[in-house]
Amino acid sequence: MQSGDQKTAVMTVVGSDAVGIIARISHLLSTHNVNIKNITQSILDDVFTMIMMVDLAAADIDIKDLSVELNTLGQEIHLTISIWQTDLFNAMHRI
Amino acid sequence: MITNFEILETIKMFQEQHLDVRTVTMGVSLLDCISQSADESCGMIYDKITRYAGNLVRVCDDISREYRIPIINKRISVTPISIIAAASDASDYVCFAKTMDRAARECGVDFIGGFSALVHKGYTIGDRKLVNSIPEGLATTDLVCSSVNLASTRTGINMDAVRDMGEIITQTARLTSDKNAIGCAKLVVFANAPEDNPFMAGAFHGVGEAECIINVGISGPGVIKASLENVRGKDLGIVAETIKRSAFKITRVGELVAQIASSRLNVPFGIIDLSLAPTPSVGDSVARILEEIGLQDCGAWGTTAALAMLNDAVKKGGTMASSFVGGLSGAFIPVSEDEGMIDVATRGMISLEKLEAMTCVCSVGLDMIAVPGDTPPEILSGMIADEMAIGTFNNKTTAVRVIPVPGKTIGDFVEYGGLLGSAPIMKVNTSSCKAFIDRGGRIPAPIHSMKN
Repeated sequence: MQSGDQKTAVMTVVGSDAVGIIARISHLLSTHNVNIKNITQSILDDVFTMIMMVDLAAADIDIKDLSVELNTLGQEIHLTISIWQTDLFNAMHRI
Repeated sequence: MITNFEILETIKMFQEQHLDVRTVTMGVSLLDCISQSADESCGMIYDKITRYAGNLVRVCDDISREYRIPIINKRISVTPISIIAAASDASDYVCFAKTMDRAARECGVDFIGGFSALVHKGYTIGDRKLVNSIPEGLATTDLVCSSVNLASTRTGINMDAVRDMGEIITQTARLTSDKNAIGCAKLVVFANAPEDNPFMAGAFHGVGEAECIINVGISGPGVIKASLENVRGKDLGIVAETIKRSAFKITRVGELVAQIASSRLNVPFGIIDLSLAPTPSVGDSVARILEEIGLQDCGAWGTTAALAMLNDAVKKGGTMASSFVGGLSGAFIPVSEDEGMIDVATRGMISLEKLEAMTCVCSVGLDMIAVPGDTPPEILSGMIADEMAIGTFNNKTTAVRVIPVPGKTIGDFVEYGGLLGSAPIMKVNTSSCKAFIDRGGRIPAPIHSMKN
């Protein structure tokens, strides 16, 4: 059930499109030394959806605290930002 | 590599479809807490429970925050107290219930189960004391749950105990009448009670179990319902397949939580219970799944067939997803704890008799059903006898958790709040079964129990 790399996580950002979303979020991540591995984004029915793969291996923060900070940032820029352990998706979708 | 579709599907399950882990239940053996002195025994029980389960809530809350998986209840189950208290000098076992309550409070858990007796073939002295202590034990505690196993396929039905439990339920209702007989919501009688069930009120830690284990109960009616919305009009084979796939995914979440909790608490993983557990929240109802399959109301003709398929498909999908499956593992059909069920019961679209039929194909049984407070004890016993017969003769677990609410009658409504929900008082067939119940004795085990 465990994935090989315990430190990767999935971030999702959902809400209305605006200028500077990625800048604000990547700034927060860089201050904590969180590496962005991959970003995909789409706009469906005016809803901005971004999925990021991030690596917390060298981060100075754990996922619980990062989650709180992302939540605060999300409220500031009116987006729902959440971070999820990769294990969860592997457990659910991979045999 | 996980696809974006899979990521969004998972997140939707948590954010929109109420997916959660319903309970992480730690089973603790109390067999080494037996003493001739009840005081000493209670002291050892308190110490042991708080020592083993002291971290349970913190660890579960940590997992919940790290994985964003809601874990709704944290619970403890213990060895049936009738066995632990039997050697003691106590004349009744209320002090043991109070000890369990104190220990549960100290650990911060939601409920503790195991104020229980296994009397499917007969009473020991300890069993009898325990059963007689149930009304006061439940009236003077908040977190203690009680269960009594009255029947099994191997032994038949202990009809003396069936008769007694009608009285005990009535007394429990009377002693907790100021809270709409809430004591009865914490009391369940079983046929073929599983020893590793994580769900209340029936959880206890069987004597065949290890020293300490972690059992996990999943949930997820909302996920099943949402997945079926995508296959409207398709044939039932596709419906069954869709349920199986969703059940697999839900169970994997439970398995993940169970494995992490087990390793962090350094306690072996016991089982995943595959029961679909509903809540009174909109979008978290088993009744609404049955309606999604094509019934105008849960309770219409066709309900039993739809439930049979749902229950079976959940097991097939779930079994594949977990290394160890146990407990009750089937769809729950409580009335007060299921938003759709409360609705159909309030509108009179489902009867107790239909619910009884449904219990032939699901787990548990007549669950969280409020009936008039003046229902005679022997009619409650008759209801229990029928449910025990369904379990015993069909080789499955069945149970009764019925609440005769003092002062309330048909058309009234009772509110319990939280997961216990609310329920209309349902109509009971009042034709007497007193002469049958008064006979007592045992109904012999069915012929198909002789498998050796």
